[in-house]
Parts: sequence; C-alpha cells; structure tokens
Amino acid sequence: MKVRKTTLIIHFLAWVVALIWIIPFLGVFMTSVRPYEEIVSGWWHFEKFTVTLDNYFYVWNYRTAPLSKALMNSFLIAIPSTIIPIFVAALAAYVFARFSFPVRDMLFFTIVVLMSLPQQMVILPVFFLENQLGLWNTHIGLILLHSAFGLPWIILFLRNFFVTLPVELEESAMIDGASEFTVFFRIVLPLSVPALVSIAVLQFNWVWNDFFFALIMLASPEKFVATQTIPVLKGRYYIRWDYLAAASVLTMSVPLVIYALLQKYYVRGVIGGTIKK
Amino acid sequence: MYAKNKKVIILFLVPALFLLSLFVIGPMLYTFYMSLLDWEGPQVKGFVGLDNYFKLFSRREILNYRGLSRGRPPMGALPHNIIWIIIHVPLCTVLGLVLAYVLRDVRGATIIKSIIFLGMVTPMVVGGVLLRFIYDKDAGVFNEFLRVVGLGHLVKTWTAYPDTALYALILGSVWIWTGFSMIVYSAGLETIPPELLESARVDGASEFMIFKEIVIPLLKPATIVVVTMSILWALKIFDIVYVATLGGPGGASTVLALEMYMDAFFKIPPSYGTAAAIASLLTLLTLGIAVYVAKYVVVR
Repeated sequence: MKVRKTTLIIHFLAWVVALIWIIPFLGVFMTSVRPYEEIVSGWWHFEKFTVTLDNYFYVWNYRTAPLSKALMNSFLIAIPSTIIPIFVAALAAYVFARFSFPVRDMLFFTIVVLMSLPQQMVILPVFFLENQLGLWNTHIGLILLHSAFGLPWIILFLRNFFVTLPVELEESAMIDGASEFTVFFRIVLPLSVPALVSIAVLQFNWVWNDFFFALIMLASPEKFVATQTIPVLKGRYYIRWDYLAAASVLTMSVPLVIYALLQKYYVRGVIGGTIKK
Repeated sequence: MYAKNKKVIILFLVPALFLLSLFVIGPMLYTFYMSLLDWEGPQVKGFVGLDNYFKLFSRREILNYRGLSRGRPPMGALPHNIIWIIIHVPLCTVLGLVLAYVLRDVRGATIIKSIIFLGMVTPMVVGGVLLRFIYDKDAGVFNEFLRVVGLGHLVKTWTAYPDTALYALILGSVWIWTGFSMIVYSAGLETIPPELLESARVDGASEFMIFKEIVIPLLKPATIVVVTMSILWALKIFDIVYVATLGGPGGASTVLALEMYMDAFFKIPPSYGTAAAIASLLTLLTLGIAVYVAKYVVVR
C-alpha cells in the first residue's frame, strides 16, 4: 500500500512539473488568438472570450518588417546554412576518421575546442570583413558565417560517427578499384543518413533560432529574419503582448513542427553531439 | 597511407579549413589583437597592451564594486554571469536528474518529457518574450500565481526592479534549459542495466541508497556533459537578456555578451577596444571548459 501511495505522489508531482512547464506556452498561445483588451489583465480570465486571428494578420503584414517576409528569410537562410556546413564538414570528418597525416590530432583538437567559442569573439572582424567584401547586410553573408560557425560541432559529430562504420566495406570497394570519392559518396554518405538527419535537424534549429548573428549582419528590415523581427514588434509605450505573442507562436512553430516530426533524430543529435559512447 | 592519399586529404580538408580560417579562426585571433589596441571610434591610435582590460575592470557595467559590497544587483556583468552559473547549473542538473530518474516509471512520461524539452527547441528570443510576459505585473501568470496562493502583496513586474530582474531571468533560464539536462540523463539511465538495480533491491538496499550509491556514480559521464554544457550556456547568455530587460534596469541584469554588443554596436561612437576585450575575456572563461570537454568528453 505504501508503495502505491508513493507512486501516486510521484505521478502527481510529475504532472505538476509538466503543467508548470507548459503554462507559459499555453499563455502565449491564448494571448495570440485574443484581442488586446481581453488579455491585458491576464489571459486566464475567460468571462469574455473572443477568438480572433487579427494579431496574426497584423504581424504577418506588419508595415516595417512583415513577419511573412521574415519567416521566408529565415527559411532562405536556414536551409543553405544547414546544407553547406554538413557537406563541407562531412568531407573533413571523413579525413579525420580514416586517414592519418601529420598534425591531424592537433588540428582536430583545435576544431573541437572552437565548438564552444562565443559568437561575440568573431563578430567584429567578420562584420569588418563582410563590409569590405560587400557581403554585410546580405543573406549570403549571414549564410557563410553560419556555415563556418556550425562546422566544428558537425565535424566532431560526423567524425565520431564515421569511426563506428565498418572500414572493411570501404576497403573492399577500394580493392575493386573505387576511388576515395566514389567510396565517400557511394558508401560512406548513404550509410550515414540517420546521422546526417540528426545533424540537419539540429543545425537548422540552431540557425533558425539564432538572434545575435542576424542582429549584427542584417540591417534592412526587409532582410530581417523571424527572431530579429520579434523585438521590433515590442511596442513603443506599452508592450503589445498580443502582437508579440502572435509573432512568437509563428516563429517557434517551425522548430516545434520539426521537433514533433523528427523527435527521435533531434534527441539523438543532442545526445550524440555531447556524449562519448 | 599518407603519401598516397595526400591529394584526397588536402582536397577534403580545404573547404572546411577555408571557411574556418576566414570566419572563425582568423576573426578570433583578430578580435584578441583588437583588444590590445587603442581605438578612437573606428580609428586605431596605437598599441596599448592590456589597457582595455584594466579599463573594463574599472567600469561599473562590468564590475560594480558598490553593488558587490552590498551583495545586490547591479553588481556588474562579470559577477552576474558568475551568479548565473552558480544558480542555474546546480538547479538544472539536479532537476534534470530527478526528473529523468522519476519519469522512468510514470505513465505519459514521453509527453511530460516533450513538454519539458520545449524550452530547448524554442528560439531564445521567444524565451525572452515569454519570461518578460510571465513576470508582467498585470498580464503575467507568475503574479497571478502569487495572488492565488495569497502572496498578492509581492505582485510586481519582476524584471523591472534591480533587486529581482537578474534572479527572475536566471530562474527563467532554468525553465528553458532543464530539458537538456533531463534528456542527457535519460539517455544515461538507459545504459544502466535494470538487473543491477534489481539485485540491489533484493539485497535490501533502500530506494534512496540505490539512487545515491549506484545510479549517481554510474551517471558520472552524463553529469560531466550536463555541467560543462550548462556552464558554457550560462556564460554565453545573450538573447533572453536582450529581449526581456536589455540588461536593465540600470544594468541590474546585464551580462558580458550583452556588454560586448553594447560597446561594439550600440554606443555611438563604438568602443571597439573594450568590446574586443570583453569578447576575449568571455572566450578565456569558456576556453578552460572547452579544452576539458574536448579532451575528456567528446573525443572517442
């Protein structure tokens, strides 16, 4: 009987924690679908309950920086910023996993250490450099920065994955006369699809959610990404929770959908990227 | 092996090394170099060694001696980051561990885990909005909770007062980041064979003893990951502070990353020397952890 009681308490506490964790999200969603007068003194009041999409229409077509455009920009930046570094990193990771050459371990170690570099440590020189090259305030400039900045963890992740692949397969292909390129593209990459999906999900999520790089590298409102548009919507004299909520829901909906669909890969990415097996 | 594959090695490495040199390694070294120069706006006046660093430590936004001696914010960005680590890391670690352990035999654990993990998936900018929102005097659910439990006299916009802004944000960051700790511990728990715990139970060990003497030691690798990653995260915190308080009121919730942004891109004229010095300082703080992680945690 005593055991059943503890089980009950544990279940109860677990669901209380879940409730605490979900309430802010619930609140922001409630706020996004109701008029300002109804939520300004608390979205948990339901005496008057009007559902409206006006807030969404407002931020979608917001004059200075329409969120419709910003979401599009986020996609335009996040997709190439996912594909480019994965491809570039896979090539490098393969070398680190399969070949030995002078300074290999030192080079790999340096790259892994760069994984925890603060964004602030590169931004000023990159800002100057891209200004010189005419890449500042362009999507390409931001894509290049994201691609480079994502490389260290992707190289690490893929190198750790590649060393678990059976080397015999590659060797026998080589004996049959296949070049390193053929082996890499025809054998190694296809075998790595699950790892590549995990990385893609995480890197896309990281770029989509990034705020700091976009804040510095994009200055024209029509080029803004979604995360960057949110602070702009804040309101000048009092905070427009209704608009902020609608913009927040739209901005987080993309990573949330990806997480919901590819949860397994997402979690595997988070864990595989950090834990040695 | 080396001579034969030289061409392949170089060809495969060049794209990565090119991007890294141009956008990461080169800029990193240059930022450090910038921190040693005397700047007047965008112009370099000369080489000053560590002057910018000394300047930083005499600055109220970075180290506020008055606040420090009173033990109340604003204490400066550097102490704020350290306080952030001191509160955030143990709370997230313990909470994540307990949740991961307890949720193993809770019905609907997958749903609960997904809910707790939401904070990790959500953009930190949205996290900042959410925090500012829940702490709002009128529209915030945190204050409604206080009213419901009879603490109505405490109701205020928690992020708008120097005494509470920093701690309110740190608490919020725990809410955002606990999902990470929980997921890592959950994965760690899966590697512990159930028979091990079962046999201890048969031998008469209490549930608490099993947890303390068997589970926690076996989870050490997971703990290292959680603690190091959480420290790094707390050091680099930027988005939620920028959105929720912009470091205010009166610098009471500012952090190093935000001060760097202010010096480099907010102030007119910019103060590149000190901005680069803050970035270098931040990097120095992360570097020890990064080297440890690289050496012992992630490289197989």
